[in-house]
Amino acid sequence: MADRERRMTPPYGGVFVARTTVLDAAQVHRALTRISHEIIERNQGLEDVVLVALQTGGVEIARLLSRLLFEIDGVDVPTGTLDVALYRDDIGLRPVMPEAETDIQIDLGGKIVVLVDDVLFTGRTIRAALDALTDFGRPRAVQLAVVIDRGHRELPIRPDFVGKNLPTRRDEVVDVNPEGVLLGEMRK
Amino acid sequence: MSKHLINLADIDRDAIRELLHLTDRFVEVSQRPIPKVPALRGRTIAMIFFEDSTRTRMSFDLAAKRLSADVIDFPTHTSSLSKGESLQDTVDTIRALGVDALVIRHASDGLPGEVAEAVGETISVINAGDGLNAHPTQGLLDAYTLCQHFHGTAGSEASLSGIHIGIVGDVKHSRVARSDLAAYRSLGAKVTIVAPPELQPTDLDDWPVDITDDLDAVLPSLDVVGLLRIQKERMDETVVSSIDDYIERYGVTETRANKMNDNLVILHPGPVNRGIEIADTVLDKRANVLINQQVTNGVAVRMAVLFRLLGSGIEID
Repeated sequence: MADRERRMTPPYGGVFVARTTVLDAAQVHRALTRISHEIIERNQGLEDVVLVALQTGGVEIARLLSRLLFEIDGVDVPTGTLDVALYRDDIGLRPVMPEAETDIQIDLGGKIVVLVDDVLFTGRTIRAALDALTDFGRPRAVQLAVVIDRGHRELPIRPDFVGKNLPTRRDEVVDVNPEGVLLGEMRK
Repeated sequence: MSKHLINLADIDRDAIRELLHLTDRFVEVSQRPIPKVPALRGRTIAMIFFEDSTRTRMSFDLAAKRLSADVIDFPTHTSSLSKGESLQDTVDTIRALGVDALVIRHASDGLPGEVAEAVGETISVINAGDGLNAHPTQGLLDAYTLCQHFHGTAGSEASLSGIHIGIVGDVKHSRVARSDLAAYRSLGAKVTIVAPPELQPTDLDDWPVDITDDLDAVLPSLDVVGLLRIQKERMDETVVSSIDDYIERYGVTETRANKMNDNLVILHPGPVNRGIEIADTVLDKRANVLINQQVTNGVAVRMAVLFRLLGSGIEID
């Protein structure tokens, strides 16, 4: 699970306890394969497509997507990472620290950026990411790919590519990793 | 726990490492097409410089602006301070204006620390150099520059272990030397003080390091030479009996530079007295003179400090 989510979910510093397996490894792989096809279909190929993974939960997912895109279309899609801490709207309200490196080597001007994250929840991380992206150029389009959309949006943001829509309670926690998706909660 | 940055000697190794690791992030921000983030939007930082400063002041100013904070300058020469207002009243006034942080430089040892005591936890105080005491952001940026040179980045466990650093020059009058020493020792470097006897620190007990007056003897074992500026404004004319003698024994002259290992790193906090601490030709031509890198990193280090104190919601231990 992303350290970000672990730290932001009450009780703070708790331990994740899984209750249900939502997707197993094969199902995650199948979902990512479908998303890869959808990305190619939507953009009529992979020309100008760039993957930008949100730190930290999106990085492994973007790596898998990039491999699948290569297997399907033979294109090595440029991939970057983005940490949005410095763009968050809750700086000063709770502890915010950049977690990991931002590494975007190319000018995003004119590109189709596919933001990749593990879980879409309130939408505030994506809001921050959209602001951050503008500092790296003016993309032609920005699309959003997530493994799980768990609802509870607080902003008018929607994903373009979704692995699975998962109804959740606010206090539940979703753990996405390549071995599967677990639903549970944090316990002290 | 503190909302302030007053002296590196008072904070532990983990806190120093965390600031250096955070600096890695701001080095990256500084290299972006638009090197500015909205992290401190709506925060106001007051610059209160009782001593002249160009570099440190510009560096803090730029750091604040790259974090989207607002900066106000407190004109110490024309303010009510010169009309007899007490420092406490001045600080109270600035605080009442709604400022979030004070960046203070003053000729008196310990003054920023006293201001920090006075304001408590309501606003942050950052020491930009006090007398002969401390210059914490300089210590951090020098340590960061060395981590970057030897390891590429600081990383989460910054270390200068195995590196031998000579701090050369007027150590006695140098707050830079004191803060450098705190940072270097914290990161596990071996430090040797190189200074003529009259410019060696008198508070020797506080300097648990080797001290020598013979640069040439120690030079072959050094990985880094941290030059200090000869601060004419801080000493009597009589102290350094002869500038020529100083250059002969401690200056990085062309002759001395030719004998140096090519990998030897040279630092200098600036501004350089060309032809005294270091010869023109060495300054302009030699590799591994990291003075400009120090200046560039200074902005990122100060962004890290400002963000850590004002934005992260976490206090420095």
